[in-house]
This record gives sequence, structure tokens and C-alpha cells, in this order.
Amino acid sequence: MYKEICAKYAPNKDNLIYILHDIQDTHPQHYVSSEAVHEISEYLTLPENHIYGVLTFYSMYSTTPRGKNIIRLCESPPCYIKGSYNILRKLKTLLGVGVGETTKDGNFTLELCACLGVCGNAPVMMINDDVYGDLSEEKVEDIIDKIRGRN
Amino acid sequence: MSLKHIDLLICCGSGCISAGALKIKERFHEVLKKHHATNEVNIIETGCMGPCDFGPVMVIYPEGIFYKHVTPDDVEEIVSEHFIKGRPVTRLMLQEEEKTFAVKQDVPFYQKQIKVALENCGYINPESLDEYIATGGYEALGTVLTQKTPQDVVDEMKASGLRGRGGGGFPTYIKWQMVHDNKADQKYIICNADEGDPGAFMDRSLLEGDPHRILEGMMIGAYAMGASEGFFYIRAEYPLAIKRIKMAIAQAKDMGLMGENIFDSGFSFDAEVRTGAGAFVCGEETALIHSIEGERGNPTPKPPYPALQGLWGKPTVVNNVETFGNIPTIFRKGAKWFSSMGTEKSPGTKVFALTGDIKNTGLVEVPMGTTLRELIFDVGGGMIGDHKFKAVQLGGPSGGCLTVEHLDTGVDYESLKERGSMMGSGGVIVMNEEKCMVNVAKFFMDFCVEESCGKCSPCRIGLKQMLAILDRITSGYGREGDIEELQRLGESISKLSLCGLGQTAPNPVLSTIRYFRDEYEAHIRDRSCSTKVCKDLMHFQIDKDKCIGCSLCARNCPAHCITGSREEKYLIHQVECIKCGNCFDVCPVKAIDKVPGIHPDTVAHRAELSKAVNHYEDL
Repeated sequence: MYKEICAKYAPNKDNLIYILHDIQDTHPQHYVSSEAVHEISEYLTLPENHIYGVLTFYSMYSTTPRGKNIIRLCESPPCYIKGSYNILRKLKTLLGVGVGETTKDGNFTLELCACLGVCGNAPVMMINDDVYGDLSEEKVEDIIDKIRGRN
Repeated sequence: MSLKHIDLLICCGSGCISAGALKIKERFHEVLKKHHATNEVNIIETGCMGPCDFGPVMVIYPEGIFYKHVTPDDVEEIVSEHFIKGRPVTRLMLQEEEKTFAVKQDVPFYQKQIKVALENCGYINPESLDEYIATGGYEALGTVLTQKTPQDVVDEMKASGLRGRGGGGFPTYIKWQMVHDNKADQKYIICNADEGDPGAFMDRSLLEGDPHRILEGMMIGAYAMGASEGFFYIRAEYPLAIKRIKMAIAQAKDMGLMGENIFDSGFSFDAEVRTGAGAFVCGEETALIHSIEGERGNPTPKPPYPALQGLWGKPTVVNNVETFGNIPTIFRKGAKWFSSMGTEKSPGTKVFALTGDIKNTGLVEVPMGTTLRELIFDVGGGMIGDHKFKAVQLGGPSGGCLTVEHLDTGVDYESLKERGSMMGSGGVIVMNEEKCMVNVAKFFMDFCVEESCGKCSPCRIGLKQMLAILDRITSGYGREGDIEELQRLGESISKLSLCGLGQTAPNPVLSTIRYFRDEYEAHIRDRSCSTKVCKDLMHFQIDKDKCIGCSLCARNCPAHCITGSREEKYLIHQVECIKCGNCFDVCPVKAIDKVPGIHPDTVAHRAELSKAVNHYEDL
């Protein structure tokens, strides 16, 4: 599987970030495994340590398995001022996990992230590629319930 | 294409989408179909219109009626009343102080704004090249390529006085001239869309709302310096912006506006989109270049400047999205027109993102030199509720706080710098009197510590030390001399760090010390946080006169530190209290107060603990 993804890109070093994105997005557990790193290293003829260097530098990549839905709550000042800490508390109790952890059913991973650029509607979170703004504790419960129902 | 009577412009900027704009659009399609009116109404998805707080918003032409806070349930009424019977729905219009603002240009939020970079944002469909061309798009590129030499273009930029909108405020023409003068077989132009400043979202809105404008600006720059290849470096957090700019590139190529020998001028240009993967430091130009090359986004010392040795060692210019956004208009309307706005040293307009405890959060564009008072109170509508203005943080985590006494300061690069703040990318975070400035400074510092790439020690180690001191101050262990130590550290980190991140990271702390020193002193000397934000420097207390003895607080206390009875009323045992605030939230008669300062019981307990520790150490 990893070979096929790599083959979509020219074997240049500057494609490394895109290959990593692609592999992570394609993996059902949204992470880059050590086997994947090995494959990329062979494909780009780069040492594995270089790939790990890049992989661990950027906050969006994960080297450990994650949930089906990735919740990224904005922890930037505008959201903080509008009470993102209450939202975080709510998410923690709703999901029963801490930051960086995955729910037992493998459905959700809770993460914090830097500014999502929707500060006009703070507090904000992103679940996968969808942005949810003007969050309140009730709204969060609603959103999570809906996603749970979908699966 | 059929001519329709009504143009319905729905704001589909990220803010309005997060508030449900797409659902409203779908609903319009359904309802219009039901009323057999699909042929009467043009539904246009536009970029950000600005007032995010009113979202979802829409404007209906020909009249220009402005609706805010629209929900899917309102759609039926808009269609049957407004579209069919011609009676606009008053209850969805903006109403303030008993006045109703029916049309967009009357809304106070838009009154003092002059839109240059945001000209088309919220006005055209960003996915349509035709609409961009209809508003004068690519006219500037045509004139530049067919009638001007590259040096003419650089000269025109010099005359306009445009300065980099990404934060530094470096005159754009100098970068262009340097690369123009450098002889090389390959040169590159990069659009920096790694907008990481918390509280700034103009780059995102521009890319999402008017992508062709940014592309045109980039191509004019590329022509001026002789670059044949361009890169858009966009944060991976902005999927819609990535999609829109990719679409714009494809459309421009299809139309022959990009590619080989554009307009028979002999100039060829191609552009690509590159994405980040979540690293704030990649907004720094050398770090950004390394990231495009497939490396860790670590900055490198300058010189050599990218203008000499940039991407893959070739001369490279890195300009911000908003900078590019100004360029097509400068060439269409002339450098003189542009420099007639704003101040002498900072000509033109600037886009600001208003956030925080302000009524009208959103994206605005005003001439440089507009005062903070106009920006916050006239455009921004003032503070939410009855709260008082306390401070404003400009320039994100690299900027500084300004206070009430600076409200009449004109916003431009120089005057902000003089007062210990900076323009940054234009994020304006407004705070009310309930915010603790020490805590805010700590929060920004925490962000910078997290985002420091770790390459140079002043930033990696120094910022951590500053955070440790702030931590201790906010948890009641501050010492005499801590303020001076913070200042000393801050100044050395500013001087010694490798890149802009470290050089500016101490700014929030230094500026809050400068303007709110008394708050720091109260935290250290009196162990008290007057705003009751710092949990360790406040306590909860039950007012026995108000308490009705209902026991709700005791039952909701996770630390089981509230005891009492209906007759005796309830009491919080301060030493065990974890300050979770549950009791405060559940009390039905608001008998629980937040009191500034550490409770004497806790002080005594802490003293005993430290005595025990000292005793243990002596052994």
C-alpha cells in the first residue's frame, strides 16, 4: 500500500511532506507507521533518520495510531479568551479521554492545535476537515452525538 | 446564462461555514424549487464578507439588503416574503439602538472601511474566473506585461510605498529590486500563506475569497524580478484555501493567463501549491523555504538573504498573501492613488482581524493611521455587554499589549513599534477588564515555547525560563526580583535569537510589564489576582447570609471539601479546595463569591508544608 502511495509522487526530497500527508490520511488509524517510514526511505533514497526528523517536527503528523475522527480544538488566545477551556473540559468528560488520547472504541482522538484562523467565531474546533465555530458546551455535545450516530 | 432578477450572495467564508452557511444555501435551493423560482434567483457563494460575528450573513441585490444570523428556518420567509412579494424581512436586518440598517453600505461596520485587498472578497464568486475578470481582474497583469519593463514595475512599487503585510513591514520593492538585480538562471517567487499568528485570518480569507487576485499579484512580482516559477506555501489547516488556489491556477492556465509566453510578452510563468504540516515557525521565510525543500522547518541565519540564496540556493522572494493582494489594484489605479491613503511612512490600507471581547468580530480593512479607538469602537462596535476595554494585543504572540491610553494612537508600523507593540500580520485581540494580563502573557509565552523549533538556545531555553517564572508568579510563588529577571531575560532573548519567532516572543511579557506592572506586583507581593483568573491566587467563599443550605454545592464538589447543614449553612475547607468552580456554577442563589487573594488557611498550610520540606532537607 505504501509503495503505491509513494509512486504517485516523483522521488524527490521535496515531496516528502506530501507523501507523509498522503500516507497518514489514507491509513485508517491516521498515522505514519515505522514500516511506512522504511518504504519512504527506500523510495526517496533518504536515511530513515531524516524522515523521522521531518515527521516529528510537524505537529500534524503522528507516529502512533489515532482514532477514526480527529478532534482538534483550537488553543489560541482568541479562543482561550472566549472560553475554550470550558469546551476542553466538556470534550474530556464526553469522550472520557485526555489530550492526545484516543477513545477505547477507536472513534475519536482529542488533540489541541494552533490557530485555525476562524477567530471571529471563537471558540472553534475542527473535526477531520470540518470547522465548527461559536462552540458552547451544549453545541459540543450535539456535534459529538451526531458523529457517534453516523458511525 | 440566463438573466435573473435577484442576486443572492451568501458568505461562505470559513467563519460563516462554521456557523452553518452551507446548510442555508442548500435550503435556498430546495425552497426556490418548491416555489418554482429557481430561474429568478442567482445563488452565489462568496468569500468572507467580514462581520463573522453576524454569521451566517448574506446580501441580496439589486437593493443590497443585508441579513445576519440567518438560520435554515428563515429561508422560507426570505423566499416567500422578500423574493416573491418584494417585502424584505426586517427582523433579520441589523438593528442597533432602535435603528434598522437595511442595506449593506449603511451598516456601521462597513462605514470607515476602505477595501483594497478585500475589494472582491464577499462580492464575487471566488471559483469563477469570469467574475474576477468582470471586476477588472488581470487588467493590471496585461498592462504590466505588454507596456512595462521589469524595472518600471519595481519603480512603480517603490512609488506606491507598499510595505510587507506579513508583519515586518519591509518595503516590498527592495526585495524585488534585489532579486531583479541578481543574475541567475532560475529565480523563484513564494507566496507566504503559512498564517500562524493566533487571531489573524486575513490570508485565509483572501485565498478563499479572491484567489485570482493573489495569483495576479504574484505574477506581476514574478515578471518584475524575472522568476518563472512560483510557490504558494499554505498551511494544511486551510483545506478550502488550498482547494481554491489550486482551482484558480488551473483556470488561469486554461485561459492562457498563465503558462508559456503570456500575452505574447515572452514571459512564462508556472505556479504550484505546497502545504505545511503544522509548524508556526514555518511562517519565517528561511524556515518556509526549508519546508518546501522537504526538510524540517528550521530557520537559518541571515545573511545570506533569500533574495541572494533562497529556494534550492536560487534568488527567491517571499511575500505575504495580503501584500500580493494589494498589487493588482496598485497597478490598475496607480501608485499615487495608493500612497494617497494611509500615512506618509505606511501608505495604503491594512486588513485587521478583530477578535476577543468585541462586538463585531471579523475582518476589516481600514487606511493605515486609523486610530485604535476608531478600529475598536466604531468599526468593531465596542465591547460586548457592559464590560470595559482593558487592553488590546496586536500582532499575535510576537506583538505587545496596548492600553486605554493608547486608544488614540494611529495604527501604523512606526507608532506601534514605538509603544512596544507591533503590526504583525494584523491580528487585533481585544480584552475586557476581566482578563488577567499576567495570565495572558503566560498564555502567549506558552504558545511560543511550544512552537519554538529548538534550533537556537536563547529561544529554546530562554523562553522556557521565562515561562517557568510566569508559572511561579501565577501560582503564588512569585519572588521579589522576578519582574526584573523577566525583563533581563526578555531583552537578551530578543537580541540573541536566530529568527523572528524568538526575537519577538518576549514582547507580550515585556509590554504587559511596561503597562500593567502593578498587576505583576500584586501577584508577587500580595499573592492576589484582582481579576480572579489565576486560580491559585483567588478562593471561593460561601456567603452565609445568602446560603439557603440546599447542599447542591457539597453534592457537586469533586474534592468533598464543602460541609455543613441546612441550619448551619455550608463552608468550603480552603486547603482541600481544588478551585474547580463547580459550586460556583451550581449555586441557585449565587451565594458563592470569588475572592481575590490566597485564603489565610491556605497560606498557613503552605508555610507548614515548606517547613516540613526544609526540615527533611536538613536531615
